[in-house]
Amino acid sequence: MSLHDSIPNNVDLGHDRKLLRALEKWQPNFKKWWLDMGPDGFQEDLIWLRTAISVDASGWAHYDYVRMPDYRWGIFLTPRDKKRTIDFGDNARHEAWEEVPGELRGMLRRIIVTQADTEPASVEQQRQLGKTAPSLYDLRNLFQVNVEEGRHLWAMVHLLHQYFGRDGREEAEALLERRSGDADKPRILSTFNEPTDEWLSFFMFTMFTDRDGKYQLSALSESGFDPLARATQFMLTEEAFHLFVGETGVDRVVRRACEAQLADPNGDARNQGAIDLPTIQKWIHFWFSSAVELFGGEISSNAADYFASGLKGRHHERKKYEDHTALEGVYRMPVVEGGVLREEEVPLRNAMNEILRDEYVADCERACARWNKTIRDAGITDFQLAIPSRRFNRSMGIYADHPFSPTGELISPEQFEARRSEWLPTPEDRAYVRSLMKPCYEPGEFASWIAPPRKGVKGKPVDFEYVKFTTPRA
Amino acid sequence: MEISFDTHPDRYKHWKLRFDGAVARLTMDVQRDAGLRGDYELKLNSYDLGVDIELADALQRIRFEHPEVGAVIIDSAADRVFCAGANIPMLSSSTHAFKVNFCKFTNETRLYIEDASEHSGIKFLAALNGTCAGGGYELALAADEILLIDDGSSAVSLPEVPLLAVLPGTGGLTRLVDKRKVRRDRADVFCTTSEGIRGKRAVEWNLVDAIAPRSQFHEAVRTRAEKLAAKKPKKGPGIALDAVVPEKDEASLRYRYVAVEIDETARIAKLTMHGPDGAPPKTADEIQAAGAQQWALRAFRELDDAILRLRVNHEAIGLVLLHTRGDVAAVRAVDEALHANRQHWLANEILLLQSRVLRRLDTSSKSFFAIIDEGSCFAGSLFELALAADRSYMLEDDDGKVTVALSPANAGTMPMWTGLSRLQTRFYGEPAAVERALGVHDPIAAAAAADLGLVTVAADDIDWEDDVRIAIEERASLSPDALTGMEASLRFPGPETLASKIFARLSAWQNWIFQRPNAVGPAGALTKYGQPERPCFDWTRC
Repeated sequence: MSLHDSIPNNVDLGHDRKLLRALEKWQPNFKKWWLDMGPDGFQEDLIWLRTAISVDASGWAHYDYVRMPDYRWGIFLTPRDKKRTIDFGDNARHEAWEEVPGELRGMLRRIIVTQADTEPASVEQQRQLGKTAPSLYDLRNLFQVNVEEGRHLWAMVHLLHQYFGRDGREEAEALLERRSGDADKPRILSTFNEPTDEWLSFFMFTMFTDRDGKYQLSALSESGFDPLARATQFMLTEEAFHLFVGETGVDRVVRRACEAQLADPNGDARNQGAIDLPTIQKWIHFWFSSAVELFGGEISSNAADYFASGLKGRHHERKKYEDHTALEGVYRMPVVEGGVLREEEVPLRNAMNEILRDEYVADCERACARWNKTIRDAGITDFQLAIPSRRFNRSMGIYADHPFSPTGELISPEQFEARRSEWLPTPEDRAYVRSLMKPCYEPGEFASWIAPPRKGVKGKPVDFEYVKFTTPRA
Repeated sequence: MEISFDTHPDRYKHWKLRFDGAVARLTMDVQRDAGLRGDYELKLNSYDLGVDIELADALQRIRFEHPEVGAVIIDSAADRVFCAGANIPMLSSSTHAFKVNFCKFTNETRLYIEDASEHSGIKFLAALNGTCAGGGYELALAADEILLIDDGSSAVSLPEVPLLAVLPGTGGLTRLVDKRKVRRDRADVFCTTSEGIRGKRAVEWNLVDAIAPRSQFHEAVRTRAEKLAAKKPKKGPGIALDAVVPEKDEASLRYRYVAVEIDETARIAKLTMHGPDGAPPKTADEIQAAGAQQWALRAFRELDDAILRLRVNHEAIGLVLLHTRGDVAAVRAVDEALHANRQHWLANEILLLQSRVLRRLDTSSKSFFAIIDEGSCFAGSLFELALAADRSYMLEDDDGKVTVALSPANAGTMPMWTGLSRLQTRFYGEPAAVERALGVHDPIAAAAAADLGLVTVAADDIDWEDDVRIAIEERASLSPDALTGMEASLRFPGPETLASKIFARLSAWQNWIFQRPNAVGPAGALTKYGQPERPCFDWTRC
């Protein structure tokens, strides 16, 4: 099978010499990377996976058993709107760019490479998780997320190959050479160098970190560089499932925590082999505070440049906003000055990261409200989970040098340290959660610390054989 | 106002050029009312760009049309005034960009005087019959010898700092200490003494070589000139330089071998140089017979004119794409014939002219990208264009038809102002790479050229269009000021010379001062010159 037949696409790959040439070299390296750094130990098994084979409603979600190395990573862009204009910034109302404008090449490449680097990074971070999957359903979802992160890498690499010439090809190679957690060639963003070595963290990652990805993609889907807008629009359709895995995953852990707490004579969920609600809260604190860093500096000239040049808009820029220049007006932001929090007025364009972060925080709070409903529905009325303040536990940005409580009050370093173990996972907490990680590979079987989902995937029952092992499992 | 660099002795307004055997006399006689613009008067033999364009033309013609000349007297037709320097009202009413280009051109012209002395054996005598101030003395400093009239009042001076709060920026400061080796403490006194220094002290400080009383001045000038001329062996006959004038329309300049397409909106010019046509002259006699029409001379004179016009008439053009069209072997054949006949005065003059034109490109405040594509002929003297460029992009075609090639022209006969060849400059610190490249005698295809370090980017036909387009768009979007400074810094690694100091140090400071309120602000000295009020300075040193 020729290269272009094996790669589902809607970019006329068969007639694109430039892309074919670039992919001829890159695809074998990607395959090698996948075998080296993709899920460890499950490459020969048959996974019931969704593959995108076209962008229309019937084709973007095709389900079947597939060996992961045979997964057909494809290149899809939302179809082009020929009359599209740039919708915001200083170039607003000009025709959208179909080619990289030379003067924005550096900026665009940085945006694309930074986004692209997160995709393989998360696969690397999660590569050991299959060995402790709490069910076949979850194992399948993990791999679905992994192969689609791989496809998102393809989407970004397509842009690099198609529009950035030799530089782009070199960047695409470098994406396969960096390694999550590697001291010498780490992934670009620090969060993506932390291993995700237990499943509660996996659900937190897909809930919080992938959700950052959703908002970044959403802002890029407004881009005046039309190929980037179209690539990210289609990525967003796949990303939704990843967020679903995270949000419902946490919810199932919460549901199980409630059941266990109620079932235990001492109200101790851990005693029942579950993860107790206060521990879940610590994980939320940790992962949320790590994920909000990904939005970048609160007051950012990069963010202003990206907006001004029309490369990165706000979430739902076109739908939600009337003024697309963002030259007037200010964003009121709490800053630490002389030991107290004060509101400062920041020019709107310089606050673009914060505006996107607002959308994100609201979305996280919405999900948290659903978890709290689960808790209430279970009959527990004296505990609620909470999304911490965005100022809590930060290592970058204007809040980094000041300790804040989860509710956002400025506190002393001593106060923070005194309550650290109450707010953030302790080594003992981590050891406990890790101790629960035992694989459950029988269809319909679930680990003690997680409730089954309310329904299966694509109409299949919960006890469907989502993964068929080709080699016997212990 | 469109400025032309074409002129002829018959049409000079400000100079008289006369020949008497081996001695030429270039007499400055500036017409007050014949400035390039009408808003100033050229009093006291003060000059503007128009005066200097004639001077540059005269120097060129002496070299090509009168190779018999061994000495040139530069004197003045004005009574008791040699030259008062650059015209101050002209400077104060000019834009910054114009001032910068004016100074650059005048600097080049003075360096060409020294170039003619060093390489063509034409010695210059500045005969100062009276007041010689500022740019007037800087012109004299470019000569081999300075003779000052000793009349108790005529002085040489550099009054720019005390009178105008700017610099003697046409090489004056540099030549004082570097060329004439005037003690720097004395130079400090001299440059802050607006009335200047005359008589014996001028000789004692080596500001001039000799003085002569009024009664003996003309005789002294003649004697010294004849002595200078006697050093040069007889050469000739000369050739006539015909006019180099482009056909122009709104967006192009067209010469016989050079074409420039100008896109003012994109701020980009495409300069195409066509290679030689027909059989090139091979022997000294053939070179002499071909005269001004031979490609090597004509094409580079056209290139010179095109660069000058781009500088002064198209200030907003930021990026010049250098293209060539023709046959690689034909360019090399021309180079080889000229080098083989270098002992012939004309072959030598042509090589020197090519070298000057390329240096003109080096010091132009534009970005240059060489575009080496199908049909191009970047060989030898034309490959110097690619080496002079800030970057070069070469098309890597399947059948290796697109090639570059080296010739003797790349081996040191076309030095930059630093004295290094462009290959040595490119591989500064890597002399073996120079030898490696010069060791390749065949035409070189893109991949090999990239391996040898001769081009910046070799791109195949798939990448070519995008790589080049994006690079061009990116370059055109960057700050013109920052690019000018960056390019001027990156183009000249290696040693400093008198010339490199003039362009990199003196000119850079002058261009900074030209922007400062102390010179050009409402109360600045240049602004207030000739007015009743005194300038008012901001005393911050920075």
